[in-house]
Amino acid sequence: MMYEVRDLRLSFPDMAHKPLIGAAPRLEVLKGVSFDVHKGAVLGIVGGSGSGKSTLGRAMLRLLEPTGGTISFDGTDITHMGEDQLRGMRKRFQMIFQDPMSSLNPRRRVGGIIAGPLRLQGLDGLPGRVDEALDMVGLPRGFAQRYPHELSGGQRQRVGIARAIALRPDFILADEIVSGLDVSSQAQVLNLLGELVRDLGLTLAFISHDLSVIRRLCNRVLVLHHGEVVEEGATAALFDAPQAAYTRELLGAIPLPDPHQPWG
Amino acid sequence: MSGYLSIRNLTVRLKGGATILRDVSLNVGAGQVHGLVGESGAGKSMIGKAVLGTLPRALEVVSGQIVLDGTDLQTLPPKERRRRIGASAALIPQDPLTALNPSKRIGPQITRRLVDILGWPKVAAEARALELLEEVHIPDPVRVMRSYPHELSGGMRQRILIASAFAAEPKLIIADEPTTALDVTVQKQILRLISEMQARHDTALLFVTHDLGVVSKVCDTLSVLYAGKVVEEANMHRFFMRPIHPYSAALLAATPTYTNPTGSLTPVPQAVIDGVEREVAEHDMRAAP
Repeated sequence: MMYEVRDLRLSFPDMAHKPLIGAAPRLEVLKGVSFDVHKGAVLGIVGGSGSGKSTLGRAMLRLLEPTGGTISFDGTDITHMGEDQLRGMRKRFQMIFQDPMSSLNPRRRVGGIIAGPLRLQGLDGLPGRVDEALDMVGLPRGFAQRYPHELSGGQRQRVGIARAIALRPDFILADEIVSGLDVSSQAQVLNLLGELVRDLGLTLAFISHDLSVIRRLCNRVLVLHHGEVVEEGATAALFDAPQAAYTRELLGAIPLPDPHQPWG
Repeated sequence: MSGYLSIRNLTVRLKGGATILRDVSLNVGAGQVHGLVGESGAGKSMIGKAVLGTLPRALEVVSGQIVLDGTDLQTLPPKERRRRIGASAALIPQDPLTALNPSKRIGPQITRRLVDILGWPKVAAEARALELLEEVHIPDPVRVMRSYPHELSGGMRQRILIASAFAAEPKLIIADEPTTALDVTVQKQILRLISEMQARHDTALLFVTHDLGVVSKVCDTLSVLYAGKVVEEANMHRFFMRPIHPYSAALLAATPTYTNPTGSLTPVPQAVIDGVEREVAEHDMRAAP
């Protein structure tokens, strides 16, 4: 089992409603979330804005510390693991961010960006590893010398993917990584991600608000609503016979490129 | 055939530089909804801005006509042109948070246009604003009139901008990606509302979007743009049954749909890009003096 998440809770102090004196009330973002991610699975995490899907992802990578429940990664409990121990674990789980323009340092060349996490993990032979990562995402090796602003949106997102896979992690979290892209680059990035999962034997969690994208890529789906899991299951079954009312509402709201679709 | 809005051979250029719109022609009849579709940078928003006279300063209209209700806007003196556009056209913008002033209450933001620009008495403008908020299904409109934008949800703010666009009974509305920032469930409500308002007021609507799914739900006709050039103009049903231009067909093939899980997703093939780039280059050759 790659991940076992049990009764995960996470709350933030709600500073908007903090009284002048005294503690701020807690804002519950995750209200007891439980699920498993099997090795080799591609899990889609879907939900509306504010449903807690990004918070869940960040808790799984321990970029946030849960306030309750447990997360175990490949048999190791990482719920409250300290930063020193986490550093060793981090090369096994990596993240691809939504907006490559703000997640790639504009002052560093692509080569330096991809090498960054490798250097932090104390690996050697960096240029070779960078070339290899660029090969895997289908970018020319010469791109190592370029700056992010010289690339198109789709190419930048490939750099984000290259940085994540360069460490050869077991697990990758992709948070809304195609929502800023045009359909043609979106199709390329999705196809690439599908190939990498297959070739490298990755386990992937793919956060998206777009159920059409999820169906295309994922073999399991988790539907979040107001910080709770409303439905979880195999992709085909969930799309063919959605159980939760919220899942049906989400599916019914998607405008298909077809003027004959009954759309109320 | 000419519609309420008729754009003929519009060419827009970066002053002393690149061409942004290439010989664009299109018609939107009264009560019709026309979609503008294309990938980012195709120039779809620039068409709307050219009509409203809000092109960035660095851009200029080089040639062509924008005919609004029978009058060529380019022939009018600037002041008269602005008056004419202000009285007959309105915009529903993309991002409802930046389009509303965060430090002013909702009420004055809706009535301001009516009072300051169209010279309505304040009381009449306020009554009209309340009526509009009810029309866009906002619960408790009296309270909302006194609220600040941050107190309202994204869907609510977009409803207010729709109300505000329809306030002066414009004959033409330009909607620029009005639901891109919203959740699908809210998007559905807002799209329905726009269609409902458009039909009731018999407005011509120019609808800018990158989403072919959205276009198929609200528009009657559409233009597909690539690099500022209209590559295909079509009736909605014909377009989705039989797209004629290879680029249109490629865009459709690249759009994922949850009803077709096994069909593989085809990125727009390089050959199609090369083909449409060649068309653009040939067009520029002909246009060059």
